[in-house]
Amino acid sequence: MDRIAACFDKAKAARRGAFIAYLCAGDPDYDTSLAACRTLLAAGTDLLELGMPFSDPLADGLTNQLASERALASGMTQEKVFALARTLRKEFPDTPIIFYTYYNLVLAHGVETFADKCVEAGVDGVLTLDLPPEYAGEMLASCGKRGLKNIFIIAPTTPPERMEKIAKTGNGFIYYVSREGVTGVRESLSPTIGPMVEEIRRYTTLPVAVGFGISKKEHVATIARLADGAVVGSALVNCIGNIHGDRTQMLSKLDATARELISGCPLA
Amino acid sequence: MNSVSSDTSCGARFSVPDSLGFYGPYGGMFVPETLMTALFEFERVFKEAMADPAFLAEYHDLLKDYCGRPTPLYFAEHLTEHCGGAKIYLKREDLLHTGAHKITNALGQVLLAKRMGKTRVIAETGAGQHGVATAAAAARFGLKCVIYMGRVDMRRQALNVFRMNLFGAEVRPVDSGQQTLKDAVNEAMRDWVTNVRDTHYVVGSALGTHPFPLVVRTFQSVIGKELRGQILEKEGRLPDEMAACVGGGSNCIGFFHEFLDEPSVRLVGVEAGGRGIAEGQHAARFAGGRLGVFQGTLSYVLQNADGQINLTHSVSAGLDYASVGPEHAYYRDKGRIEYGYATDDEVIEALKVLCRVEGILPALESTHAIAYALKRAPQMAKDRILVVNVSGRGDKDVHTVMEALGVKPEDLVEKI
Repeated sequence: MDRIAACFDKAKAARRGAFIAYLCAGDPDYDTSLAACRTLLAAGTDLLELGMPFSDPLADGLTNQLASERALASGMTQEKVFALARTLRKEFPDTPIIFYTYYNLVLAHGVETFADKCVEAGVDGVLTLDLPPEYAGEMLASCGKRGLKNIFIIAPTTPPERMEKIAKTGNGFIYYVSREGVTGVRESLSPTIGPMVEEIRRYTTLPVAVGFGISKKEHVATIARLADGAVVGSALVNCIGNIHGDRTQMLSKLDATARELISGCPLA
Repeated sequence: MNSVSSDTSCGARFSVPDSLGFYGPYGGMFVPETLMTALFEFERVFKEAMADPAFLAEYHDLLKDYCGRPTPLYFAEHLTEHCGGAKIYLKREDLLHTGAHKITNALGQVLLAKRMGKTRVIAETGAGQHGVATAAAAARFGLKCVIYMGRVDMRRQALNVFRMNLFGAEVRPVDSGQQTLKDAVNEAMRDWVTNVRDTHYVVGSALGTHPFPLVVRTFQSVIGKELRGQILEKEGRLPDEMAACVGGGSNCIGFFHEFLDEPSVRLVGVEAGGRGIAEGQHAARFAGGRLGVFQGTLSYVLQNADGQINLTHSVSAGLDYASVGPEHAYYRDKGRIEYGYATDDEVIEALKVLCRVEGILPALESTHAIAYALKRAPQMAKDRILVVNVSGRGDKDVHTVMEALGVKPEDLVEKI
């Protein structure tokens, strides 16, 4: 079953953008993170992006760096990330889950073993931040024969000819990074998102999701009009990072934030 | 004339990297998509510049008159006597402008940044030498300059921080991770991803994503080219053995590159053994690392079984790094370059020796190669020749050495 395609189809049929939520797996610890993921999925998240905590997340801003640090400090390992995904898969059989990771974490297992573990955990795809398509041959082969998707990023700096190459290499969906820079909350959206998404659509029929800097209901509403889905990360991670100690309070804040953002998804 | 020129010369040493930036299985471009186009542009401009006589003429004039190249090759008569074996020569990169070999690369990349129309340069620095070199070159060409430096390193190398400020550079402290070199690289990469349209990232060593290992090697290979002429003039033959320290590996590959196709010359790189080869206590990637991708390149990486990058330790900030340039990994596999390590204690002892017998204060980084020479030269016959690259001077390290030797400034005053 292609859960990723199904989730975008479902959103499109309901005339709304898909809501893609990012959390760092294991932030601030395994149990709380599991509860946080359940909260987001119950609130209506269409696709969950689980970040693999990494010691040196050079494509991430401060919010996600700190989330990684909290997760690792709590004793999070890749095995536990797989366990988290496996648990969520049982409880939410239809919602696509993808990993957002760095290539060294994949290589630590070996690409084939990593792909096996993803399949076994019920994960649908992998976005490897520091693996451009030119260098992804082994990853594409290993994932491809197991039906795992490889999601690639297109950036504002990506020229059209390269856009075409990436669009034809990737599968699942295209992740368009809304602006140059690392992950993190921004006040406003870049005016180039619309034209860039239109350009990407010239080369692929895959759904296009837009991420980086999307933190408000209005941002989500704008993206829902311009693309197929909006990715929200730091605004959700901040709910975990900014509230220390009281889990109930944190989860209720996370739930309210997610519902508010998701209310931007329907096309009016 | 010893010159940097395009890699069109013949010789197996020019067969790497391939078009994807690989040195055998090592290297590549493992970076976020936002940077890819800037990296392709940088590679294109670099190759054009290397074939442009006007660019090369400007670069060589500056190397000579601004930086002080060529650096001398010095016969260390008293160190030779002290060891009682091979004749020891020192390649005096410590005498270069800003105090180390780093200016040779920083200047070249700043010229490339100008050529690309960039108005701002950024760099990471560990010991501060590359930061100082980049700040100086940026000042010379009127470019804005921001240097990322771990807070721990800023404390270890406070004088270099102030030198960068004098050159008009902003030094931004990095508080993430271990607050040393690798964390400074992460921050510099984040800055570059954000400001890639007007900014060039002057990578300071022969590591990171392609084409940096190639660019840095090409600029630094002037060291070995100078040495060939100098040693032929003094001895009428090539050296039997050469040694250099290896952090990322720029002084080492620059020193060795000219000699890679000379099988009679033994080449030894010396890594930081820190407090000994135990997890988190050293930076000897070939002694304790395994294959991984770190900060843009596939190479040997100090990491745990789960793929998290290990902490490192070295008395020298410049060697305190969890990975090593991909070309080094390639030549290690081929057996062409051998790698050993020196511990902090051996390095402090070697520094004292070179100071006393030659009146030369080497950088702690470079002293790793001196420590190797102290052990190696006595095993070699007196008619053999060992050349050591003194990649930088040790003025910046006086404070660290005082601490290591348990000397307090007030003790000195009492003695006076």
